[in-house]
Amino acid sequence: MPPKSKKSSTLALLAKTPTGITGLDEITGGGLPAGRPSLICGDAGCGKTLLSLEFIIRGAMEFGEPGVFVAFEEKAEELAINVASLGFDLPKMQKDKLIRIDHVQIDRNEIEETGEYDLSGLFIRLDHAINAIGAKRVVLDTIENLFSGLNNQGILRAELRRLFGWLKGKGVTAIITGERGDGGLTRQGLEEYVSDCVILLDHRVTNQISTRLLRIVKYRGSLHGTNEYPFLIDEEGISVLPVTSLLLESEVSSQRVSSGIPALDKMLGGKGFFRGSSILVSGTAGTGKTSVAAFFANESCLRKEKCIYFAFEESPQQIIRNMKSIGGDLKTHIDNGLLEMHASRPTLYGLEMHLVAIHKKIKKFKPKTVILDPITNLVTVGSVSEVKSMLIRLIDFLQAEQITVLFTALSLNTNVSEQTDEGVSSLVDAWLQVRDIESNGERNRGLYIMKSRGMKHSNQVREFVITDEGLDLVDVYLGTDGVLIGSAREAQQLTEATGQALRTHAVGQKDIEIQRKRKVLEAKIASLHEEFDSMQDLLNKSYIEEELRKEIMEKNREQMIKNRLSKNADHGKSK
Amino acid sequence: MAKASKTEKKEYKWELRLYVAGNTPKSVTALNNLKKYCEQHLKGEYSIEVIDLLVQPQLAEGDQILAIPTLVRKFPEPIRKIIGDLSNEEKVLVGLNIRPVK
Repeated sequence: MPPKSKKSSTLALLAKTPTGITGLDEITGGGLPAGRPSLICGDAGCGKTLLSLEFIIRGAMEFGEPGVFVAFEEKAEELAINVASLGFDLPKMQKDKLIRIDHVQIDRNEIEETGEYDLSGLFIRLDHAINAIGAKRVVLDTIENLFSGLNNQGILRAELRRLFGWLKGKGVTAIITGERGDGGLTRQGLEEYVSDCVILLDHRVTNQISTRLLRIVKYRGSLHGTNEYPFLIDEEGISVLPVTSLLLESEVSSQRVSSGIPALDKMLGGKGFFRGSSILVSGTAGTGKTSVAAFFANESCLRKEKCIYFAFEESPQQIIRNMKSIGGDLKTHIDNGLLEMHASRPTLYGLEMHLVAIHKKIKKFKPKTVILDPITNLVTVGSVSEVKSMLIRLIDFLQAEQITVLFTALSLNTNVSEQTDEGVSSLVDAWLQVRDIESNGERNRGLYIMKSRGMKHSNQVREFVITDEGLDLVDVYLGTDGVLIGSAREAQQLTEATGQALRTHAVGQKDIEIQRKRKVLEAKIASLHEEFDSMQDLLNKSYIEEELRKEIMEKNREQMIKNRLSKNADHGKSK
Repeated sequence: MAKASKTEKKEYKWELRLYVAGNTPKSVTALNNLKKYCEQHLKGEYSIEVIDLLVQPQLAEGDQILAIPTLVRKFPEPIRKIIGDLSNEEKVLVGLNIRPVK
């Protein structure tokens, strides 16, 4: 049911008087019905008096509406002391005529009843008090005390009915408190008379941890939240739990923020998470969830964005020391005022107190990033469904404020569980799982992105390594033997390197051989050339010889001819 | 409302104060009953002060008045209150400690 009534209608809506109590005005859609009495009932010690007193005090301080507090139980001085611890100066406000406290004492021992009477005395006192300061708000705490002081129930009931009618006539917004009774909301059935707005307070203790709850039983003429809302009383008074965003209407950002681990950003489409998204890092013990969280915080601070780290397991000093060993310097960020660390054991207080504490610190520090490490321990103070509802409210609140949140969660079993123990995996936008992978006698970490809404992300398992310089993700070795990690991966890589060397060597050998072959071939070619040349020479030689012979023979013949001729001539002469 | 006591200074053994709100039948009955009992049992030893809260509403707080009419025995101590129209004589006398419980 939406807590806020839309003001689109032109019809006269029920006027409301804001209480000024954190959260209550949101649940009631603006406050209590103006000019009408409302009933607040609950067991002893559940905060009725404080709630109604805060209504008066805040009315006087914040809304300029003076109020009358008619106390049937406590004296004005006692009330003043009770609220002094909340920082309210009751005597001063009484002096300033903003508040008037009227203590009505009913002592059965001094009162004797005979015959007919009415409660005009009370009316007159109330009327006088209202007129004296011009009150707009009235509290009657606890009017049921009348029943213990006076015997004639018939008269009392008739007078109460008249009183509530009279209060309506006066136009004051009134709160009547009543003790819770068996079977009914109040012991004396006051709810019969006050029917416009009934708020029930409860105080429950489960597993030794107390939880205060508030529920609007009815509210005529107005929409209102119908659930039981946890509330708490602290040094600033009552805060009903932030019930933001029942409508899922928060704005979304498409801006991306780095996770602090470059390789992880690469797996997330190269840019990291969406701003204002919720991230869950789950894994078994010792898988490095806190390291992932711390690096995310570190990265946020490096971007000069404020970050709050809520640690439920380790002390801030411990985390700082541990992160230093893997290259994360959180101390500097703390000194620079960018990082705040809050450590508390989950059992310190109940869930809703945690939520409010977180809420308040976030409101105060205004961070861009919030880390909860781990949420698993919260289960020790509440049931799984309570933790889930708390986380839903927290995520809603953070999303409305555009704050990125990272939870870590411990999964108890080593197999890949589809659901974390808190059942929040469906709520978050991105879910990383860090897992132990055990093989070959060693454990290694594997990181998966189980989901990441609205972005392309890697479906591969990466080996998650923590080094002195920080966190890194290494591609796992995918070979014929399947996925190899850790030393198996390194061994495989070594084997590969050896093979590579051997191959290189072999290739070298072959090259040399080819070189040689070439040399041989070239030598052969050279010798053939020589052979050819010598053949050619031989051929030429015979040819030239032939020529020479021919020439010589020619010469010889000519010589011979010449010789013969001359011989003949000589011979002939001499003869 | 006029004060029914005699002079202020005189010390009476019984100082009674009756709170009423206007001239309602209940108030009138109560006052008449009270006067009757006092005349019968405390003649000359009592003073009755009638306070109309419609006129002096601020006085209601002092004596912790809720119901109307209320009779307050201011003296002798301790303070006793009797509410109602005082129609039951026995109860009034016991309540005011004029007559011990039988």
